Amino acid sequence: MEELIIKSSDIKTWLDQIIEHTPRVIAPVKQGEKVEFKSIKQSDDVDYESQTTVSSVKAAAFPRTETLFAYEKEGLNTKLYDVAKDNFVETVIWRARPCDVIGFKPLTSIFNWDYKDELYNRRFEKIAIVTFACNTADKCCFCTSVGGGPGNTEGSDVMLTVLDKENVLVEVLTEKGQKLVDLAKDLFEKAEQSIDKEAVLAKIPAKFTKEQIYKNLAKVFDNPVWKAQSERCLGCGACAFVCPTCACFDIQEDAHGNHGRRVRCWDSCGFSLFTQHTSGHNPRPTQATRWRQRIMHKFSYMPDRLNIYGCTGCGRCSRACPVDMNIAEHLTSIAESSHE
Amino acid sequence: MTKITEKATSLLSEGTVKMIIGYEMGTERPRPLFCHTAEECEKLIMNAECKNNLAVYLTKKEIIGEEKIAVIGNYYVVKTVIQLQRENQINLDNLMVMTADENGEVITFTTIDEMKEYTDTHEPAPDPKMVAALEKIDKMSREERWEYWKSELSKCIRCYACRAACPLCYCNRCVTEVNCPQWIEPWAAPLSNMEWQINRVMHMSGRCVGCGECAAACPLDLPIGLLCKKMGMDIKSTFGEWKDGNVLSTYNIGDKENFIK
Repeated sequence: MEELIIKSSDIKTWLDQIIEHTPRVIAPVKQGEKVEFKSIKQSDDVDYESQTTVSSVKAAAFPRTETLFAYEKEGLNTKLYDVAKDNFVETVIWRARPCDVIGFKPLTSIFNWDYKDELYNRRFEKIAIVTFACNTADKCCFCTSVGGGPGNTEGSDVMLTVLDKENVLVEVLTEKGQKLVDLAKDLFEKAEQSIDKEAVLAKIPAKFTKEQIYKNLAKVFDNPVWKAQSERCLGCGACAFVCPTCACFDIQEDAHGNHGRRVRCWDSCGFSLFTQHTSGHNPRPTQATRWRQRIMHKFSYMPDRLNIYGCTGCGRCSRACPVDMNIAEHLTSIAESSHE
Repeated sequence: MTKITEKATSLLSEGTVKMIIGYEMGTERPRPLFCHTAEECEKLIMNAECKNNLAVYLTKKEIIGEEKIAVIGNYYVVKTVIQLQRENQINLDNLMVMTADENGEVITFTTIDEMKEYTDTHEPAPDPKMVAALEKIDKMSREERWEYWKSELSKCIRCYACRAACPLCYCNRCVTEVNCPQWIEPWAAPLSNMEWQINRVMHMSGRCVGCGECAAACPLDLPIGLLCKKMGMDIKSTFGEWKDGNVLSTYNIGDKENFIK
């Protein structure tokens, strides 16, 4: 893995080259008070002040709304139309955070578990990610409690760490990353000696470990802790929608008489209708059962079935929640409990 | 011990109520608190930052249970209780409604009339930022307004936090969750998002208490509170003061129809 240095003042020039050579570049852009990932055409549009964005960047591979196929009926015949190829373009995600990037790992597992989701895979294979390590963290961050960290390079193609006002460490991690660096070779110098980036990274003490959670979850399925923790939950979908690893979706029909399209859109297990059967029975009839599902899915069922945890510790769910369901707080309580 | 904690603790220990819904301090700002024990009452607070509309829990049977409970809420919680009562959604025999003034003195309401008297005389001053935003939009041409809302609402992800935070959105099955027939497209897209917001606000007409929690709940800070506020102003100027709720489900022969052009 190559360690290079780029001057802060040259970053814009490099990004200009990336934008020129890449059909789609997604980066954090200021929208009023909030910052969100958006397609950019100008390097000046990027926001470098924010800690993180409201939503994750999973929409680059798993859009909020996508067409699965279109159809047209003529008499007894039905014509099917596949998704146009221009839906799958080379993409660079610029200024992702380590917790964004690592979210693609469980997503990819889910979309390749018992069925290979071609649409997701075709989008994901065309993505290259330039991650900026975190020099600061806020009260909702807890990546270190789930095996991540502010400088974690897993899943990134290039990682940038701001060392000081002038110098930025560039770790080239993959071939895709190398191709991006090659677009502006002259801007990079080999690092003179091995650099300790830990010194500039945010300090985030771990509150618990995933193993603690996994172990304790095995004992608390019928415990009243779920009701207590979920009482103020409103059952909206904000947490699931901003989460980098939540993959639940709904399939709907955009029908117009004899033609239409089948649409996939995001869904949330927090919605009361999520598991409603047509008989009227709902196996998760209360917010407590739905909150339990959210935690168990991420920290118990996913490790069991896919050997991977469904949480990156980004804290987006907690920031987006209208009633401050601080997931780190809830998880710490579960980790510290000795429920039987 | 604060007066709120004192009152809440005595209500619980005397067995007058089974549970008290109030506010506690959260990670960065206050959040709802459900007190089942005297110990939990120690966390109760009430200040200008307590914004969540606690009345949203009053229509959730699994939360309020069958026995008497109390709610210590802000101005808008009290106003919402009045509207929920008009719509037959709560049982006041099982609900004790309280608020607190700037000095932390607990005010207990024993009748709906007392609540009405309080809300008529204690309306909070309008948020200057909101007033300025409304004026800005009012000055726009029809085309500019359309572009503005299309641009804002294209960001909506249809998480329905606005719906979940609103205490008057209590339908078991929302209009957007019906697909036979498909009234509103449920997927996120600029026009379907507009359909959703328009529908939401139309269903609020004459009922909305103006708490602004829809906008506060939106994770993307979309200016949807402006829609409800403007609707409220239009209703007031067209149909008169918000006195008996249900302004769009009661017919008055004197109603003008000059909005039909």
